[in-house]
This record gives sequence, C-alpha cells and structure tokens, in this order.
Amino acid sequence: MTIILTAILILLSLAVVFGVILGFAAVRFKVEGDPIVDQIDGLLPQTQCGQCGYPGCRPYAEAISNGDAINKCPPGGQSTIEALADLLDREVVPLDAEHGEEKPKMVAYIREDECIGCTKCIQACPVDAILGAAKQMHTVIVSECTGCDLCVEPCPVDCIDMIPVPVTPSNWKWPAPVSDPNLIWTDRGRGHLLQEGSE
Amino acid sequence: MTRIYSFHGGIHPPENKRQSLGAPIRQAPLPARLILPLQQHIGKAATPLVEVGDQVLKGQKIAEPTGHVSAAIHAPSSGIISYIGLQPVPHASGLESPCIVIETDGQEQWCELHPIENYRDLDKKELLKHIRDAGITGLGGAGFPTDIKLNLSKDHIVNTLIINAAECEPYITADDALMRERPNDILTGVEIIAHLLQPSKILIGIEDNKPNAIKALRDAIRERNLPIELVVVPTRYPSGGEKQLIQLLTSIEVPSGSIPADVGIVCQNVGTAAAIYRAVIHGEPLISRIVTLTGFALGHRQNYEALIGTPFSVLLEAADVDRSKMFRLVMGGPMMGISIEDDRIPLIKTTNCIIAATQEEMPPAPPAQPCIRCGMCEQVCPATLLPQQLYWFAKGREFEKARHHNLFDCIECGACAYVCPSNIPLVQHYRFAKSEIRNEEAEQLKAAQARERFEARQARLVREELEKEQRRKERAEAAAREQARKKAEADSVSSDTPDPEAELKKLKSAASIARTKLKKASEALKNAEEKGLDGTEKLKETVAQLEEKAAAAENAWQQATGAEQ
Ligand code: SF4
Ligand code: SF4
Ligand code: SF4
Ligand code: SF4
Repeated sequence: MTIILTAILILLSLAVVFGVILGFAAVRFKVEGDPIVDQIDGLLPQTQCGQCGYPGCRPYAEAISNGDAINKCPPGGQSTIEALADLLDREVVPLDAEHGEEKPKMVAYIREDECIGCTKCIQACPVDAILGAAKQMHTVIVSECTGCDLCVEPCPVDCIDMIPVPVTPSNWKWPAPVSDPNLIWTDRGRGHLLQEGSE
Repeated sequence: MTRIYSFHGGIHPPENKRQSLGAPIRQAPLPARLILPLQQHIGKAATPLVEVGDQVLKGQKIAEPTGHVSAAIHAPSSGIISYIGLQPVPHASGLESPCIVIETDGQEQWCELHPIENYRDLDKKELLKHIRDAGITGLGGAGFPTDIKLNLSKDHIVNTLIINAAECEPYITADDALMRERPNDILTGVEIIAHLLQPSKILIGIEDNKPNAIKALRDAIRERNLPIELVVVPTRYPSGGEKQLIQLLTSIEVPSGSIPADVGIVCQNVGTAAAIYRAVIHGEPLISRIVTLTGFALGHRQNYEALIGTPFSVLLEAADVDRSKMFRLVMGGPMMGISIEDDRIPLIKTTNCIIAATQEEMPPAPPAQPCIRCGMCEQVCPATLLPQQLYWFAKGREFEKARHHNLFDCIECGACAYVCPSNIPLVQHYRFAKSEIRNEEAEQLKAAQARERFEARQARLVREELEKEQRRKERAEAAAREQARKKAEADSVSSDTPDPEAELKKLKSAASIARTKLKKASEALKNAEEKGLDGTEKLKETVAQLEEKAAAAENAWQQATGAEQ
C-alpha cells in the first residue's frame, strides 16, 4: 500500500515539476510575431505593387495565412506560387490571370527633361525609390525601384516609362547549357590530335 | 626537403605547352587605342579620375579604387583620353561594360615614378598603400586585389607563404616564361611579400614539366641564399588550384567555405610577385603583363609582354594570325577559359592566355549523351564533390540541393567534363546553377531591401498621419483656449452693468420688505390708537413715510417687470 502511495506521490510531484517547467518555457521562449505570415511574406517578391488586391505584400501574406488563394501575385509568378504551395502544403495552381500576368523585371525611368516636378510619383512610390523636390526634376533610384508600375499612372505629363532591367556583366546569368557547338568545356577531343611532340 | 602530399582526383590532359616556349618573351606592339575596363578585378569597379580630352602620361593613375575591395587603373602608355563609356569587355557574357579609352601618342612618356629605396625601413601600412596605389591584383586567377590579401588582420597568423608557380593548365606558359627569364624579379617580389606577412615558411610550388624554370629559380635562390624552398610537384591538372596546391604542399585541406588565410596560409602567383617587385623597386604600376599567344592559327606562338588594354585583334595580328584557319578564339586555357566571339576586347590584368585554335585543334564538342552513371567524374574531381549528383540537381533546377552538395566548392576546373564519356558539358551546368543561385540571392536581398523601405515608408506615413492629427488637436485646443479667453473678457465687462434679472429680484424684495414694514407700522399705530397711548402722532408720521416708500418700491418693481416683458 505504501509503495503505491509513494509511487503516486512521486509521479504527482514529477507532474507538478514538469508542469512548472513547461509553463515557464511557454512564457520564457514565446515565439514573437506570427511566423507563418513572416514566412509567406518572405516568399513574396516585395514589389509592393498591389496587383494582388492588397495594399502591399505583407497584407497579402496575412490574407494567405487566413486562407486566401496563393495565385494572385503576378510579379512572383509561377515560382512564387510553387514555393507558397510547398510551404503551405497546398496545391500548385496557375497564376490567376485576373490579377495580371508574369512579366520580365522592369525598372521605372523618368524622362527628366519632361518632368514638371509635381511630386505625384513620389507619393505613389511604395518604397520611396524616387528622389526630387517640388518643381524640380525627379529621378528614380534604380537599385531601389521594384518595378511596381504605380508611379506611371499618377504622372500628369506621362514622362515615366517602365523599361526592362538592363543586363550588365554583373547581373548577367550563365544560360542553361544547350548543345552549343562552341562550348569549350566538353574537352573531349580538344588537343588530342596534338599529343606532345606531334608538332 | 618538403614532403609532397596529394589531392584527390586530377587528370592528365595533353600539355600543348611546347608550342609557345620556342622563343623568348617578345614585346607586343603599342596599339593606337588602349581600352581599359574599369572592372578588371574582383570587387567594385574603379572610379575614373580623368575626363575625355585629358592628356595622360604612361603610368599615371586614371581610375581609383571604389571602396575597400577594388583596384586602381593606370594609363599603360601616354596619350589622350578619347572616350569613357561602354565597350565590349572580356567577359563570358560578351556584354559591354564601362571603359576608359586612350588614344596613344607613341611617345611612351612616363609620369614621375616613386620607387621605394629601402622597403624594409618603410612602415608596413605605407608599403601596402604603395602596392594598392600600383593597382596590383592577382595575375594568376580571378584578380583579387593583392593589397587586401597581404593586409591580414592581426587574428590571421601566417605560417606558410605559398608561391603558386604550378601553371597546370594546358597551353599556358606565361608564368613559365617569366620564371625562366626573370627569376630575380619574382624572388624579390616574394621577399617583399614575406616582409609584409612574416611567414615562418616560404614554399614555391612548381610542376615538374618546367625543368628550365625550375633550374632558373633554383639557381637564383641559391645565389641569393634565400630561405625559400622550391617544391617540385608531379604534373597533374589542376595542381595549380589554390586549395589543391595547398593540399599538395602541406596536406592541409582548406575547409569548405573558408579561405586559406583561415588556416594560416597565403597563396600568391609568381606573376603577382613580379608585379609587386616592379611596383616597389621601380615604382611602376601594373600596366603590362605576360600573355601566352598560342594555337595553330597563329604564326608566332610565344609569350608576349603586352600593355593592359591592348585589343586582342592587335595581339593576334602581332602573332601573325591566319584568320581563315582560326576556328575558335579562347581567352584563358582550354579547361577553364571561355570562348569569345569579338576580338576587339582588350587584354586585362587577368588575361594569361589567348588561344587561336584551328578546327583540328579544338573541334566542336560532340553532342551530349545521357549520363551512364559511370562515376568517372567523381574519381577525378579535385574538390571531392559528386559531379554527377550536381549535374542532376542543376539540370532539374534543384538548386537548393546542389548547394547542399557543396556546389560552391566546385572550382570549375573541367576535369569532370574532360573525362565524361557522355560528353556532358558538366561545368556549364554548374555555372548555370551557380549564377541562378547567386541571382536568387541577389533578388532576395533586393526584396528584403524593398520590404524594409516599404515598412519604413508605411511607418513614416503613419507617423505623418499622427503628427497631422496631433497638429489638428493642438489647433483645436488653441482655438478653444482663445474662445475661453474671449468669453472671460466678455464676462468681466458685463459685471459693471447691472444684471437685469438680479436687479428685478432686488426690486421685488425691496418692495415686499417695504410692504411688510408698512404693515407692521400700521398695526402698531392701530394698537396705540385703540389703547390711547401717547406718541401716536409720531407713529402716524412713520406710517405715512413707509407708505410712500412702499409705493415707490412697488412702483419701481412694477416698472422693471413691465420693461422686462
Ligand atoms: S501582387 Fe505580389 S508583389 Fe504585388 S503587392 Fe501583391 S504580393 Fe506584393
Ligand atoms: S519608382 Fe515607380 S515603379 Fe519603381 S518602385 Fe517606385 S513607384 Fe514602383
Ligand atoms: S562521367 Fe559523365 S556519364 Fe559518367 S557519371 Fe559522370 S556525368 Fe555521368
Ligand atoms: S569542375 Fe567542379 S565538379 Fe567538375 S571536377 Fe572540377 S571541381 Fe569537380
């Protein structure tokens, strides 16, 4: 009888101790923020264009975590949809054409001699990528522009163009290999005719 | 005698070095135009110091480093700056990039040079600055700014300085020629490097297929009695890879993701050592280099000392090119170089070899066949990777997996592609995968930046809104205060003029008081008359007076009420 009692007592005290530890850990190591929204937001392209119908990527991330469809972001395109599907364990669906289509990356360009300095574009830009003061010519900080298109509409003199991001040696990408006869990498045969001494 | 270790894998491609070693180093002609890309090194592109129309002297600095990891650029000859802008550059993309173009005047007029008399007496910082000002970058490989490699922070203790003289890639003989002809330049350069780094051991690693260079260096070392050990390693490609040479000479494996300095080793190429010698002892910046011109489309296959910025076409002409026979133009060696289309591109600091190959020499690559999983690529990979796996991942666009299989440890040596019986252009796949991953990273960085800016803007908008609200409140408060003040003023004025209501009350009570008094007085008079007391006369008078007063009060009140209504 005493054995059973001690056993129960020991188990009880253990339960209490672990309960305290767990409760403490729950408070002490509480995860801040809403990690799933952060994760979704991390996959969205941050163009902040609002094509998804929300005022920016984070609001859309919140909407997705609340069950909205994952195919409403045209700048992210199919790869973003795939990544989201993977993260959320949902089905991969094609991009919802209602919100626009996937386009190559663009950057805004202001024809500066035509700019009247109305500051309308500055107010529209979601990432503060336009520099300029009232009645002075405005310029786009190319490295900060997300290509969201939002500054084009408000310009009263239509001096903003969206141009494709120029390719330079520093952002150029090696193409996927095709059977290009000019690849020097498949070195088979190269130089074999010229064994040492065959000169 | 240092023991020689070995690295995993490696191959023995035909060397094809003999063709270009028949004649000594020849001076390349001075071209009419020198084209100097602002980006010839790893890091940020240099910033021009000159403008179109400026007259420059040979050796004059025309562009300065931008930020820390960058290198200066000097005018390789005297002349006039004719253009600053986009020009085709030696890059796999074949794209254009910003360049400074000098129209040479043929005078070869030097600017004032600042040789260092006794570098050992100079402060190390000054010496490093001198090397930085000379625009020296690694001449053997990727072109990393040399001063940064030599300026190790205090937490890196350098045990071993390794001078890379392996030159393992077929066809290339630029370092070999340099060692044969100018061993003392190299050794003095090594001494300067050793002075900066204070290593406990200095090794020169050289492949055994360069007997003349070995002899020249050995004699020079003996003559000058230097504490430098010449280590002859067997010829096996790619023994000249930095990590491979380190493994050969020290058996130390540089861990994935680390640099040699992390394990106490610094590697420098022989060409770089010679450039340091020139910069320090003669004060000459890096304006020329030795380049191997070879391939059977050329009449004179040999090494040339050419000015940086000399167009390939000029060099090819100097080497007596037969364009009808030239099937392919390669910059660098046959294993790690790139095919180029446009021969207007200039020689840059890292160009060690140009091959003008005939069709027999470098026939088109046969079409790739499916991988048969033979595993030969794994056996030769000097980085002990799994090339076959990497190939599958790259092809299937599974870049994350490729990265986990250490894709970025691949030195793109091409050994795997060389042995692949299916002729798969493996390195192309790796380059593709690497640039996709880098691009992805860059995009993520940009997205993070955009997110930050977006949030900052959101916060700013909220703040502005709050401020506006605050201002509105303040304005409202101020208005309220103003009103209150006005009202208070108005009150103090009105207290002078009688309040009609209060006045009315006063009159009313005055009238009723007068009436009560009159009542009491008339009662007292009545009593006195009934009892026949004396003094009734006086009482009568008072009552008459009170009657009058009450009537007056009654009257005033009546009037006031009347006026009120
Ligand atoms: S469409 Fe995409 S990029 Fe544009 S705001 Fe919505 S989530 Fe962001
Ligand atoms: S500059 Fe125009 S296109 Fe670029 S981020 Fe701003 S609003 Fe969008
Ligand atoms: S050598 Fe070529 S065929 Fe063989 S396993 Fe490697 S990739 Fe496949
Ligand atoms: S190219 Fe890369 S994978 Fe192929 S053998 Fe060289 S290091 Fe290994």
